This record gives sequence, structure tokens and C-alpha cells, in this order.
Amino acid sequence: MNQQTQMQVSDEVAIEIRNMNKWYGTFHVLRDIDLTVMRGERIVICGPSGSGKSTLIRCINALEEHQKGSINVDGTLLSSDLKNIDKIRSEVGMCFQHFNLFPHLTILENCTLAPIWVRKTPKKEAEETAMHFLEKVKIPEQADKYPGQLSGGQQQRVAIARSLCMRPRIMLFDEPTSALDPEMIKEVLDTMIELAEEGMTMLCVTHEMGFARQVANRVIFMDAGQIVEQNEPEEFFNNPKSDRTKLFLSQILGH
Amino acid sequence: MSDAHAHSVAFVRETEIPPSPPPASQAGAIKWMRDNLFSGLFNSILTLLAIYFIYKLVAGAFPWFWNGVWDAESIRDCRDILAERGAETGACFAVLVDRWDHLMFGFKYPQTEYWRPTLAFVLLLFAAAPALFYKYVPRKFLLFTALYPFIAFWLIWGGSLWLPLAILVAIIATGFVFRMVEGLDVNIRSILAAIVGLVAGIGLAYLLYQGAKELWFISNSVGSGSILTMLASFLFKAASVFMFVFFIPMGIFVGYAIYNDAEGGGLVTVVTALFALYLFVAYLVDPVAGAINAIIPIELQAVPSRDMGGYMLNMILGVVCVSLSLPLGIVLALGRQSNMPLIKGVCVVFIEFIRGVPLITLLFVANVMLAYFMPPETNFDLILRVIIMITMFSSAYIAEVIRGGLAALPKGQYEAADSLGLNYTQATRLIILPQALKISIPGIVNIAVGLFKDTTLVSVISMFDIVGMIRGPIQQSTDWISIYWEVYLFASMVFFVVCYSISQYSQWLERQLRTDHH
Repeated sequence: MNQQTQMQVSDEVAIEIRNMNKWYGTFHVLRDIDLTVMRGERIVICGPSGSGKSTLIRCINALEEHQKGSINVDGTLLSSDLKNIDKIRSEVGMCFQHFNLFPHLTILENCTLAPIWVRKTPKKEAEETAMHFLEKVKIPEQADKYPGQLSGGQQQRVAIARSLCMRPRIMLFDEPTSALDPEMIKEVLDTMIELAEEGMTMLCVTHEMGFARQVANRVIFMDAGQIVEQNEPEEFFNNPKSDRTKLFLSQILGH
Repeated sequence: MSDAHAHSVAFVRETEIPPSPPPASQAGAIKWMRDNLFSGLFNSILTLLAIYFIYKLVAGAFPWFWNGVWDAESIRDCRDILAERGAETGACFAVLVDRWDHLMFGFKYPQTEYWRPTLAFVLLLFAAAPALFYKYVPRKFLLFTALYPFIAFWLIWGGSLWLPLAILVAIIATGFVFRMVEGLDVNIRSILAAIVGLVAGIGLAYLLYQGAKELWFISNSVGSGSILTMLASFLFKAASVFMFVFFIPMGIFVGYAIYNDAEGGGLVTVVTALFALYLFVAYLVDPVAGAINAIIPIELQAVPSRDMGGYMLNMILGVVCVSLSLPLGIVLALGRQSNMPLIKGVCVVFIEFIRGVPLITLLFVANVMLAYFMPPETNFDLILRVIIMITMFSSAYIAEVIRGGLAALPKGQYEAADSLGLNYTQATRLIILPQALKISIPGIVNIAVGLFKDTTLVSVISMFDIVGMIRGPIQQSTDWISIYWEVYLFASMVFFVVCYSISQYSQWLERQLRTDHH
């Protein structure tokens, strides 16, 4: 499978980050980040907590502001211009650790809200699209329930469907399985794997190393706000170069 | 099962245990009484004491109600009837019958026109239903809700029908102006933005200049008799100088902000629409309404504001102020959360100032002081002034309650809305406010109930609401002199009915809006 998915990576650039820096006050959270993501590439970002991996992907859709350097998403330069930000956000889907579904709306309304208001899709069409993606994440029968009535795994799959309804070209995952019970992790990972097989450009912050081995084209290891090492998964796991990576891997794979 | 099982750790369930009902002694009325009334020695004593107190209360009050006289001319008449019957105590409910009209409509509202406020009240129920029970009433009935203020205004105040109609048309026309400017080509809009920005800038600078002059005038007239007045005078002078220094920069700043916004267009659109509304109302509404009325006169007998009174006045103030202060409170709460320091500052100062001042002083300001600040010839309706003050007062409180609701929302909700590409208006309207308002319902209702009861404070500034009527024309008339219990009990009752309904409605609404674990 790995070989087959390798082939889907094109030579078109999806995201280009150049020399990006970010500070929280005086605390330097991201330092000289350089990263180019090709269309169709699946990247897993890992690292100890506080290493800036979430902040990095949150900078890509401007949930966090960067102070130096440039981020270019799909040919649109990320600047403080609100129009550019809204354009990028509607092209980039995002899933959060705590799902962040809208609790006052039904599952179906969660999925149709953005297409109707941002893309101006007619309601009927938006609902058809939503049902299509809910079927894809295998919970069409929950469409009329509220998020509070679903399990964590189901909620995360709804969150994925909600993002997909905007037909994004890039998906960001911010620790999508960290708040889930072990039984539910698999159902979410299966959905993500299916998405990857269809050639979606994905950036995942996750500690699921099995997922990384199976799906990723590239694993990035971050520490102290810097990219320490990046490589293909086989090389990364079997033959890590940096001492920091070796220490990290021994800690998370050691038990 | 062998004995070995009892000692071994390993265990496998082979049969399911079927569910069964609880034992009979653990259910029913006896159990309920034992649990809730006599669960121990101390609680049993408390229960008996409570029963004794309730008995004394009812036994004491019941004869007073039971002997009540409903048909009498005056309080003496009523006491004679009671003495005739040989009753020890008894209520003179006759006052309610005799003065029913006064309690409901005040003593100056023309008797032949009582049907008008009554009809307005009945229509209020129909107008409120589509908004209150929005899930069960078709949306198109909201149109009647939107028209109701104009209908009610005409019914209660009377005069020409064309005036409220003209105001309605002016508001609709303003909506059209808003739509038109929104749809304008960017180039044309930037020309418009330049003109509107210029006018708004100069207008604001002029207003601030006038305000600064006014403050200087006040500071001189405060006098310098004591340290306190010197301090007050100094503060007024300082504010005046501040405004003198800043009126031109503020005008330029605001004007430029409007011009600069031409591309996005939100600010230009809103300001242009406000200008249009002002022009319509100030220069078109009166003459047009007058002209049409000269041709086709449709008129009800006009009733001036000072003739309004009784419970009707409380209802007018309560309904108008609650429905105005909710949107204003939302705007203030959002403004207080704004990233823009100017907007945030204005909202914070407004909220903190209003919350720091007793309502009664604001009402005195409405009654007396506002006249000093207005040009001499303006005749600013007293009810309107009171409505403005009560609305400002309660909107500041509602804003704080809603701010609590906004703060209670997890940050993730904002992020999820952002990450889907919703802009600020969409995110606020579709995601943030529905949730924040739901959290704030108990607080908002608390303030609405308080506001409704506070409308009786207008009796202090010599308006004859229900309490004003009781304290004035009823208690001081020779017929019903020194009657207390019956009238105040009645006033409490009519307020209780409304406030309890509001509270029940809010609890029902909260249940309706629950979305977890049905």
C-alpha cells in the first residue's frame, strides 16, 4: 500500500512555509520553520508536549498569528488581510483534539452550516453533500441527533465529515485521537486512513505511531520549537539520526 | 458450582440476572411521607411545627378574605356593612371594583377609549407568541410581531394612523438604503464613503464642540462655594478642555475610518443607513403623514403621554424596555469583548457607569435634568425619557449577564467557527450567540423580572402607574382614605402573575433548548 500511496504525491506545492517564527510574548515557540508540503502528501508531526507542533499547524490556517517569515497555502499568501485568511480557512479543513462540534446544532446542521453560509450552497444540495460524507464516516443514522448524544469517536468522525463538507484541499489534524478511549481510536484512524488513500493532503499531529508507519510519506519530529528531524517513516523509526529523536522514540515505543 | 469456586479468583458469568421491581415496602405514599416528612425525630418536629404555622396563617387570613365586601361605595360604607354582618375582620375589596378603571388605566385616560389599550394588550399576546414559541408557530407570523409596535402605538396614543405608518415606511426605506449601499460597486462606494465620512466627521466634531461648550458652561454655573463644588467644577472644566482638544482629531479619525472602510463596506453601509433614517424621520415623516391625513383622515382621539397611568403604564414600560434592552445588551456585551479599544472603551464606561448609579437617580435625571440639557423648545416626551433611562439601566445589567455567557463558551467553539471560514458576523450569529444566550437565560430573565417590578419606581417621579394611583388618587380620596391591604395585595397579585409566567416560560425554554441526553 505504501508504494501505491507514494505515487499519488504530485510535484505541485500545497503549503510552503519559509523561515517562520512565532513568539508568545517573549517566549520563542516556533523557530525558523521551513517546510514544503506537496499536494497529496501525508505528513505526521510528532514530538514532546510543548514542542510547538500544534502551534505549527494552527499557524497554517491562521488560528495563531506568526510574527516572522511567510506561509503560502495553495498559492495564497497568509497575511493579516482578513479576506485572505477567510479564503485559506475555507480551503483548509481542521479537526481538533476536543472535536469542537457545535452542541446547539444537530449533526446534519453541523455539517451543512459552513457550506450554506460560506460557500452559499443551496440548503438541499448542502444536505445531500453532508449525508454523503456522513455515510463515508459511517454514521448517517445519527444525522438528526445532537453532538452531546454521541460517543467521542462518533463525534470526531462527525468533525471530520464537517470539515470534508467544505471540500477542502488540505486537512489538518490536531491530535484527533488524544481525547478518545482506545476502542474509539481505531474507528477514527480508519476514517483518516481512508481519507489518506484518496489522496488528501494531510498534516497530522499525533502520537499514533502505527498510523504514521502505515500512512505517512514523511514523519517530522519537533522539539523546542524547531524541526529536529524529518524522514520517511521506515527510516525515521528504524534508523533515527538525532539523539533527541532516539530518546523520544525509546520513550514512546519502549512499553 | 463447586466449593472450589468460592475460593478461586477466576469467575465466569453463565446466566444473566433478569431485572426485577423494587420491594413493595419501598414505594408508594407511605414511603414518600416517611422519606420526606418524618425521616427522623428532628425532621418530624420540624414538619409538625411547619404544619402548625401554616394552619395559623391560613386560619388568620381566611376570615379576612371570606368576609370580604365586594360591593360598597366607600370605606365607611364597607365598614358599616361588615359591622352589620357582625364580622370581626373583613376586606374591602369593593375598592378594586370601584376603582378598577383607575388601577388599570390611570385616572386621566378617556373612559370611552379603554377598549384601545385592552385591544393592544390582547394583540400583544398574539404578537409575542411567534417570538416566544418560535418552534410551534409558523415563521410568517413574525411579520405581525414586527408590525405590532406600530399598531400598539397607534391604539394607545391615538392620533393619525399615518404617523406610525410613515415611521414604518421610513424604517423599511432605510432597509432598502442599506441593501443598496451594500450592493454598490466598490468605486462608487468609495465616493459615497468619502462624502459620508466627511459629513459624519464634521457632524461628530460639531457635536463634540457643542458638548465641550456646554460642559464649560456647567462648570462655571456649579459655583465655587465649597471644596466639593470646586472639585466638580474642575472636573467639568477638565472634561471640557479634553473635548476642546480632541473634537477635531476625533472627527477626522471617525471620518477617515468610514472612508477607509469603503472596500469592506460594513461601516459605510451602517452609517449611510443611519443618516438616511435620520433624514427620513426628521424631515419627511411628519409632513408626509400630515399631508396624507389631510386627504384621508384616519384618526383616533389622541391621548397625551401624561394621561397614561395604572397597570397599563407598567405594562408599556415593562414590555418596551425589556424588548429594547435585550438587543442593546447583546451589542454592549459584544462591544465589551471587542478587539477595538475605542468600542470596548465606550462599552465598558457605559456599563460601569450605569451599574454604579441607582435607577431612581436615573429616573430623576429623566424627569428633571434632561430638560436642562435639551434646547429650550424641544418637548421630549416624558414616557420616552423614562423608557430611555430604564432601557439603558437594564441593558447594562443584561450586557454583563451575556458577557458571562460568552466567557463560559469554550475557546474551541470560536476556533471551530474560524477554521470553517465563517466571518465574525456569521460566527457570532450562528455559533456564539445562540449558545451564550442559552447559558444566560436565567440571568436575563432575572433582570427582566426585576425590571418589570422596577417600573413601579416611576411613581416617585409623579407618574401615576399602579402604585402611583394607589398612593395618590385612591388612598388620598375621601372615599377610600387609608386603605392599604386590599390595594397593595391586588398590585402584588398582578405583578406576581406576570413575573411568575415569565419565570415559568424561561424554565420551559431552557428545557426546549437542552440538546444533551434526551
